[in-house]
Amino acid sequence: MLRILKDLFRYNREFSLGAILILLVVAISLASFLSPYPSGMQYVVPFDAPPSWDHPFGTNSRGQDVFWQLTFAIRNSLLFGTAVALLSRLIAIVVGLTSGYVGGMVDSVLMSINDTFVVFPPFPILVLVYFIFKDHMSWALLAVAMACLGWAYDARLIRSMALSLRTREFTTQSLFSGMSTGQILAEEHLPYVLPIVFATTMNNINWSIGLEVTLSVIGFTNIDTPTIGTMIYWANQHTALVAGVWWWIAFPVGLVIITFVGLYLLSVSMNEYIDPRSRLSGMGGAA
Amino acid sequence: MRQSGRDNGSTVGPHPPPEGAPALSVDNLRAYYLTHYFGVEREVRAVDDISLVVRRNEIYGLAGESSCGKTTFLKTVAAAVRPPLSVIGGSVQYAFLDRDLYALNPAKLSAIRWRRLSYITQGSMNVLNPVRRVRESFIDFAYRHMGLKRRPFFAAVNEHLQRLHLAASVLDAYPHELSGGMKQRVTIALATICRPEFIIADEPTTALDVIVQKDVLAMIREAQQQIGSSMLFVTHDMTVHANIADRLGIMYAGRLVEEAPTADIFANPKHPYTAHLVASLPRIGEQSRKESLSGAPPNLANPPSGCRFHPRCPLAMEVCREASPALTTLAPGRRVACYAASPLVKPSPTAERVAGATHRAERVGLVQ
Amino acid sequence: MAAYALYVLRRSGQFVLVVFVGINIAFFVTHATPIDPITAAIAAATRFSQADPQAVQLTREALRELYGLQGNLWQQYVVFWMRVARADFGPSLSAFPTPVSTLIWRALPWTFGLLSVATLISWGLGNLLGGLAGYYRRNVPLKLVGVVASGLQPIPNYVMAFIVLVLFGYVWPILPITGSSQINLPQGWTLAYFQSVFQHALLPVLSLVLVGTGAWFIGMRALVSNIVTEDYVAYAELGGVDRWRILISYVMRNALLTQVTGLALSLGLIFNGAVITEVVFGYPGLGNLLIRAVYAGDYSLVIGIASTSIIAVAFAALVIDLVLPLLDPRVRVA
Repeated sequence: MLRILKDLFRYNREFSLGAILILLVVAISLASFLSPYPSGMQYVVPFDAPPSWDHPFGTNSRGQDVFWQLTFAIRNSLLFGTAVALLSRLIAIVVGLTSGYVGGMVDSVLMSINDTFVVFPPFPILVLVYFIFKDHMSWALLAVAMACLGWAYDARLIRSMALSLRTREFTTQSLFSGMSTGQILAEEHLPYVLPIVFATTMNNINWSIGLEVTLSVIGFTNIDTPTIGTMIYWANQHTALVAGVWWWIAFPVGLVIITFVGLYLLSVSMNEYIDPRSRLSGMGGAA
Repeated sequence: MRQSGRDNGSTVGPHPPPEGAPALSVDNLRAYYLTHYFGVEREVRAVDDISLVVRRNEIYGLAGESSCGKTTFLKTVAAAVRPPLSVIGGSVQYAFLDRDLYALNPAKLSAIRWRRLSYITQGSMNVLNPVRRVRESFIDFAYRHMGLKRRPFFAAVNEHLQRLHLAASVLDAYPHELSGGMKQRVTIALATICRPEFIIADEPTTALDVIVQKDVLAMIREAQQQIGSSMLFVTHDMTVHANIADRLGIMYAGRLVEEAPTADIFANPKHPYTAHLVASLPRIGEQSRKESLSGAPPNLANPPSGCRFHPRCPLAMEVCREASPALTTLAPGRRVACYAASPLVKPSPTAERVAGATHRAERVGLVQ
Repeated sequence: MAAYALYVLRRSGQFVLVVFVGINIAFFVTHATPIDPITAAIAAATRFSQADPQAVQLTREALRELYGLQGNLWQQYVVFWMRVARADFGPSLSAFPTPVSTLIWRALPWTFGLLSVATLISWGLGNLLGGLAGYYRRNVPLKLVGVVASGLQPIPNYVMAFIVLVLFGYVWPILPITGSSQINLPQGWTLAYFQSVFQHALLPVLSLVLVGTGAWFIGMRALVSNIVTEDYVAYAELGGVDRWRILISYVMRNALLTQVTGLALSLGLIFNGAVITEVVFGYPGLGNLLIRAVYAGDYSLVIGIASTSIIAVAFAALVIDLVLPLLDPRVRVA
């Protein structure tokens, strides 16, 4: 595993660029533990100071240092995205493997449900959830709601892999040697599916951070938890752009874009590593 | 839709080799797969120094087990080379061309495709575009070469189909509506409609069941004779070769190891590998067990030294381990590369040259 | 043809299932949670004034009837479905007494227009460029397009809309950044009105297209570089078939089938993007209406919009899926 990562880092430009970007983002989020100011505290520094030596990303209209605020925000956003991704991966793996391996009626039913979730527009449903829960809206609740909406596309992907695995010889052999369905899925098939799951995790983290930003900016999450989204929300509340406090907006937006691009590059390079066909065509096909 | 009424008597099966002029001359052709994955460079010598001549109006069969370089050889003589495969050296001369195949510019190459050089390919199941009707495929491939207006063009197509005992209704079908055998017949009709001088056939019968295979072989033979073209026919199946090829070349690990008229190959194989291939054929009334060849086909990225067959050869000698035997003419029309076959066989001078080659004249990407 | 009929039947069944599950989710989120919307509404109304307990009780009853919250859960469920079936979600509270359905009908064309124009442009452009890039892998300008697309594609619609807004609203203010037309312009079939609508649509469409084109581009490029290795493409190249004919009728044509399916599958996400973009640009579509409804605590309007969104997206996906077999002679009924 480590060797693969090392190879990828050395010879795959997308992977190395993505890894550097994500390491940078993670480093910034880890810096939150060194923050001289607690995350929620306001009025601890002068207002609206532009970037300077003391405050590299400036300060905002709520008397917070933008850099240190950003470290908390990106940490929470990353944790949130990871939580959603892990939860929805769990659903996707269970549904995908079961559907692909068991087949028949089970497959039809699960895939019908799956296709149903694929076409749902998540935003109106999440807004509905917020509307009902309002002040009870918490980080965990939002994560669960998003995980319930974000698994379907990848479950289909995993199912198609499981379908092809089912016809392989080692499956028959493990079946004859008396392994149960669950055992076969967990011990024989899961290792084959994991790389692709890993690649989709990156995409899913992107998706959930993006959606969280969107909901937060409109104020439909717990706005007291600092995330990239709530940072932009408060900046908008204080009309930061009109007031010329551009650094309050520019740094969170820039950082979140770095995160998106980094995760995306990681996912692309993983996919390329997994699928040798695209690797081959990457070397130059026609013309 | 089933075509019948073909007579399988005199037109099918080997006939004496015609002493015609060469239609295709290949000299010292070498084509390697050069790959560069994650820092590891590999070189697979799939076609390693092959020279042969296909004469006018003959069917030249090329045999050998899977991954011996047959298909790669076809790609190089069809100018269908694309990375990671590249032609390292040698020449490919067609009689209908005034220069080497690889000296053609893309426009010239495109102009001879199908008009003079056509291709019946392996896995004909998927060679027709699934979203286009057969009629449209005929237009795509042949229309520009025929120099006819729409109506006479389709009259010619219909006539051609009729000659090959195919119903005109196949033109309106989509590929998925045709059976495997039908699809193969359609591609044969497609490959012969322009009456090309040279046809390359790559395992055209492999995916078919035996009954259909026989009909398709007869059809290929018939079409080839109707239009008088030369054909390079590749399959691993020796029974197919026995039925269709005039002369046979045997490939092993990227090299030609023996060449002779089909009847001579079957009657009197000189190379131990050929002998094994011929001996493995079932014969009526035979009781003895078939001897299987020990060992696996060599890894072409790292072939054995000397004669590439020596690790599996029952007749291997000391010299076989050290120097590669040259393909040597023993009698007119009869070539073999084996020290055990004749004392005339000497070490190949080109083998050393290849091994010492440091710079290469790469010619890549000649699919236009 | 029988195969197609079967396909239509199956696909319609899937549509019914989507609507059924979606409306159930909407119902259970709003009814089966411990939070009582009426208490919340009354709390919001009485936050700044002392209210007569009797008046509160009367309001409570009135709201209960209005929201269809009378009786037990099962009765509420039936009422909910009847409302959905009749597309009647009662009057809007924030725009009383205008019915919710009227508000939705007013907003729907704007969302539909924005979404369909942006999707057509980004789907068409992305597939065209992506197809070319997959076929001509060494073309340098197309490679650059690929790099730009990889950079734009992962950016969520909200952030992109925000960036476009900042660029064209503050940095280089040349286009209107809010609304669907000039405020004082009367609606009608006048040139001035259309011009204004066009101008106002430019930025929302641009921000949707920037993200969408990237996604289709990358998908198409990957698809095409796989299709190029298919037997029928290699064979056509061997046959010296015209280069453009191969690109269009062999490569792109086969890739498009997948891309049309992809369009149907990603409608939910595309709808999401459109709705969010509306919010940023104050575009008078469903998204904006939804946000305003939430801010105003308009219970029936929120439910109405959520239900409509689910049904509309499912219906659009159904239409695309029903067209697909007409493009593919193999009629994939599987």
